[in-house]
Amino acid sequence: MVGLEHYLSLFVKSVFVENMALAFFLGMCSFLACSKKVETAVGLGIAVVIVQSITVPMNQLVYSFLLRKGALSWVSAGLGEVDLSFLGFLTYIGTIAAAVQLLEMTLDRYVPALYVALGVFLPLITVNCVIMAGSLFMVERDYTFAESAVFGFGSGVGWALAIIALASIRERMKYSNVPPGLRGLGITFILTGLMAIGFMTFSGIQL
Amino acid sequence: MKALRNILDKQARHFEKGGKLEALYPLWEAGDTFLFSLGKVTRTASHVRDGADLKRIMITVVVALLPCMFMAMFNTGHQAQLAVRQGAALWDGWQTSVFTALGFDLVNGGFIACMVYGALFFIPVYIVTLAAGGTAEVVFCIVRKHEVNEGFLVTSALFPLILPATIPLWQVALGILFGVVIGKEVFGGVGMNIFNPALTARAFLYFAYPTEISGDNVWIAAQTSADGYSGATWLAIMKDAGMDGLRNGISEVRGGITWWESFIGLEPGSMGETSALFCLIGAVILIATGVASWRIMLGGLVGSAGAALLFNAFAHEPSSVFAVPVHWHWVLGGFAFAIVFMATDPVSAPYTDTGRYLYGFLIGFLGILIREVNPAYAGSWMLSILFMNMFSSTIDHYVVRANIKRRLARNAA
Repeated sequence: MVGLEHYLSLFVKSVFVENMALAFFLGMCSFLACSKKVETAVGLGIAVVIVQSITVPMNQLVYSFLLRKGALSWVSAGLGEVDLSFLGFLTYIGTIAAAVQLLEMTLDRYVPALYVALGVFLPLITVNCVIMAGSLFMVERDYTFAESAVFGFGSGVGWALAIIALASIRERMKYSNVPPGLRGLGITFILTGLMAIGFMTFSGIQL
Repeated sequence: MKALRNILDKQARHFEKGGKLEALYPLWEAGDTFLFSLGKVTRTASHVRDGADLKRIMITVVVALLPCMFMAMFNTGHQAQLAVRQGAALWDGWQTSVFTALGFDLVNGGFIACMVYGALFFIPVYIVTLAAGGTAEVVFCIVRKHEVNEGFLVTSALFPLILPATIPLWQVALGILFGVVIGKEVFGGVGMNIFNPALTARAFLYFAYPTEISGDNVWIAAQTSADGYSGATWLAIMKDAGMDGLRNGISEVRGGITWWESFIGLEPGSMGETSALFCLIGAVILIATGVASWRIMLGGLVGSAGAALLFNAFAHEPSSVFAVPVHWHWVLGGFAFAIVFMATDPVSAPYTDTGRYLYGFLIGFLGILIREVNPAYAGSWMLSILFMNMFSSTIDHYVVRANIKRRLARNAA
């Protein structure tokens, strides 16, 4: 039985030490494109947190009961040797797409306010690589169901934190006299690099 | 005085629009305003409460840094002297040749010898910083046609103080170029930078050349070694052995350290950041003149105390680093220097007063956390400030939002 401490350190690790955006540079397209305003960034950030904490544990179930070598042995003993993990990519992205669709419909029906607030971001992040990467990291690191729930939530929060920080810096930089050639994406890339140096503060922490 | 003013006025036409040296106007302007205060006077109603302008504020910071620079020179020499007296060889470099050529003797020398030896390490680093960073600054000013600003004087005074004495000079130049160009100028120059340029430079060097800027053998300007006179900082020793390490030292040739020694700053470390006492003098100057925010410093003290007490509560054994009490954390390593001079940088810190408390608190908390938990970095303060620089606009954003909300609610009622 693993204690609470283990999950807490996994959470801290996935938020800070292994920050999806600034340590792995995942989800860069929306990280750069949707960070012009803090409100947008917050919306997208929340959407990523929600989807990430649903899809990672879901894919963990899919992986351990369908795809992994010997996973099908619960169906019949004869299938004990079957290894379907080559179907991983396909299955995970399918699961993610289906989950996001269902989530969207549910929100539309029961929580219309949140649905309107998240708007286009929900379907958009179906193809966000942070979401896919979350599931792949889960497989690679052999997380249990509980671990993958914590990891999904943590890595979503980490990504949200990074994009909110970037958005508020970019809002502040509206009045900065950036050299013409660097305006827009150029300076944002430099900024992202400098932020990554900031996040290296945590690299090397063993939790 | 008059004659000087006349010379400047006569030369002015060359630099103004249409003159031969129009391109070099920023340089002329810098020289002019460095020597004389601005001739322009506000003609209509204004809201000036004080004559403090950017120049005076920046110069105040440099003045507040002077005690630390003094200590940097003395302590660099003093630490080398201690090491050499215990059998370490003199530093293998040109500094030693110049030192002996001048007729000094480190082992038997007194205060003056220590100062001269330290100056031979500190002054070249400072000069290279000024030359390399200054060139970049001036080139940008000329190309982008803005004024040369005293902001760089502060950056260039801070940067050498957070470097180890033995750093190669080309790295100093590279670091400050990165700090000035990528950290500041590409964002539009003084007042626009997101990250503190001196810290950006230091962090860049830290991650690019880890062996020259960290480890046990870079802090003392003499040839130290693990089996002879170890050059480990007390911070590193504390991480290994907690309070026992601080009390007993690490070897027969290097005994323990007292709290007062550490407070005064007689310990190995980055050149200017060892002395809490001299940082305190700087803090008094900065707070008295209103240049730096006392809110950030207070927040830093509270945050670090909170984190240290939290770790104290979790410490299982008295010899672990978690058990080190907070008054030791305040004097060891770069805490004082970072909180007084780095965290309070008015540009990269939040602009709102409420935000400043929070910002300081988080820097303090995070610094202790990294110092105690991260095995890779002992000198955590620079990195924790750099990390919080990233969030100072976020903090501001939400403080402003909260204010707007509160006022709306008040007006609605």
